[in-house]
Amino acid sequence: MVPLSMTLIDTDVANAVKNLLAIDGLTIGLLLIVIALLSSVSFWMNWLKRRYHDSVDPAMIRVFNRRIVAWLTIYVLLGLTVFLGPPTTLCFFLGVSFWALREFVTMTPTRRADHRTLFWVFFVFVPLQYVLAAYSGDRRWFIAFAVLIPVYGSLFISARIAFAGEAQRFLERTAKIQFGLLICIYALSHAPALLYLDLIYYDAASGEYRPWDQMKSRLLFFLVLMVQLSDLLQFFWDRLYGRNLIAAPIHATKSWEGLVGAALCCGAAALILQWLTRITPFTTYGAAIMGMVISLMAISGTMTMSAIKRDRGVSEYGTLVQGHAGVLDRIDAICFAAPIFYHLTRFFLGAAVAD
Amino acid sequence: MNHSQKLTSAILAITAQLLSGATVRWRGSEPDSCQRVYFANHTSHLDALVLWSGLPRQLRAITRPVAAADYWGAGRVRRYVAGCFNALLIDRHDISVRNSPLDIMLREIGNTFSLIVFPEGSRSPTGELQTFKSGLYYLAKKRPDLELMPVYLDNLNRILPRGEVLPVPLLSCITIGAPIWLHQGEGKDEFLERARQSVLQLKEEQ
Repeated sequence: MVPLSMTLIDTDVANAVKNLLAIDGLTIGLLLIVIALLSSVSFWMNWLKRRYHDSVDPAMIRVFNRRIVAWLTIYVLLGLTVFLGPPTTLCFFLGVSFWALREFVTMTPTRRADHRTLFWVFFVFVPLQYVLAAYSGDRRWFIAFAVLIPVYGSLFISARIAFAGEAQRFLERTAKIQFGLLICIYALSHAPALLYLDLIYYDAASGEYRPWDQMKSRLLFFLVLMVQLSDLLQFFWDRLYGRNLIAAPIHATKSWEGLVGAALCCGAAALILQWLTRITPFTTYGAAIMGMVISLMAISGTMTMSAIKRDRGVSEYGTLVQGHAGVLDRIDAICFAAPIFYHLTRFFLGAAVAD
Repeated sequence: MNHSQKLTSAILAITAQLLSGATVRWRGSEPDSCQRVYFANHTSHLDALVLWSGLPRQLRAITRPVAAADYWGAGRVRRYVAGCFNALLIDRHDISVRNSPLDIMLREIGNTFSLIVFPEGSRSPTGELQTFKSGLYYLAKKRPDLELMPVYLDNLNRILPRGEVLPVPLLSCITIGAPIWLHQGEGKDEFLERARQSVLQLKEEQ
């Protein structure tokens, strides 16, 4: 009996491992490489801090370390949710969205009369948008997913605030809630919606479009990797070559050199990655352009959220309520990049293109 | 407390923590099981529950929020919930010499329990800190050994404002300051104003 059960367990474990690898060996491999790279950079930074603690700016190391830890967390969580299937990824992003919106509304002053509107926003529009994201692969439901917040949400919010009966600063209050919903929920929901896309790719050998039957998690991984690479590259470009600031009152370090440099490097990185691994359904040059677009959107996101923070007089959303990690600080770039990446991908390579 | 109440109590604490997204900061004090009176600003029905659930678990078991009987004693559900977070219900309308809230509090805390009180008496309509009622002074006078801990609750009036039933889950912050005591020969108004200032100071510090 004992040997039998032993073999049972053995085969079970072996099968489980095989199943896991069958999910997508490439994504998992790349994910592990990225996690290993990030960890080694983190170790190296800490070593640098200890070794040359008098000549290296400790504030810079601290900022850098915090980012690395945030990225590691995101990759590990992404990896886990990739194993457990798209609904898990959706739930993970729903949680992030919900928390980001909490931070946003907490920081933005609203009035007593907005209370019930906010209740609708938190408990109806947030879950509904993510439910629709799960059905966004279906062509009819895709429309609902695409317009729920920009059309229904925006109109509902303004009407509900009007019904509450307070006219003071009406447009300002409406805009604040609409903006929070648009950025924290609508924009971010496009990241997990990538998992539900039905795509084709251009097969150069036969010269025609074919269905792309790889794991969609590759697209999500590509998006997150490019956003964070862009973040990292800007960090170095700004510090090494940053001469002309884009807008000093908005962001103290973001420069034009960083913007162009990071976009070009991101494009090159995407090109090499695509050429080596064929991770996305794009052509090699298509991937390069996507890399650049993602990088530009990431900078736009960081600048926009920075403008809001400056206006409110806080340096980070995290400092607003001390002890919180500041989710919004970490996802501002991806919020801007996700919907553009999603729609460009769908426009050029959505299954409907082949019809 | 029976088993079902203990379970509800744990669930209640977690729900309140999630809903209020509260960060707890101890400024000039540490969690301790000695007898204390936490006194805080009052803007929302959630105040007592959130402050209580912000304390460490061991302290929650020996801390009793003083709550209004007309709200928490109304209906079976609220009464049950109030029992789960150890609430000490005080009738605000039926106050007499025989039925003095102070005597009830002193009797109920004995030599083990701590209290959570809201010396403004009722929720502030504007969110600004109102003048304190005298209960805190008499509490300090009768039991000079109690540590009086000022607490500032931030943003709870936006999570559940006056007159609303449904909460909106924003983030809030609980700041607990250094204890104060009644000075020798200090007058009532003088002490109450000093206590009020200690709460206001926590508001400004954050």
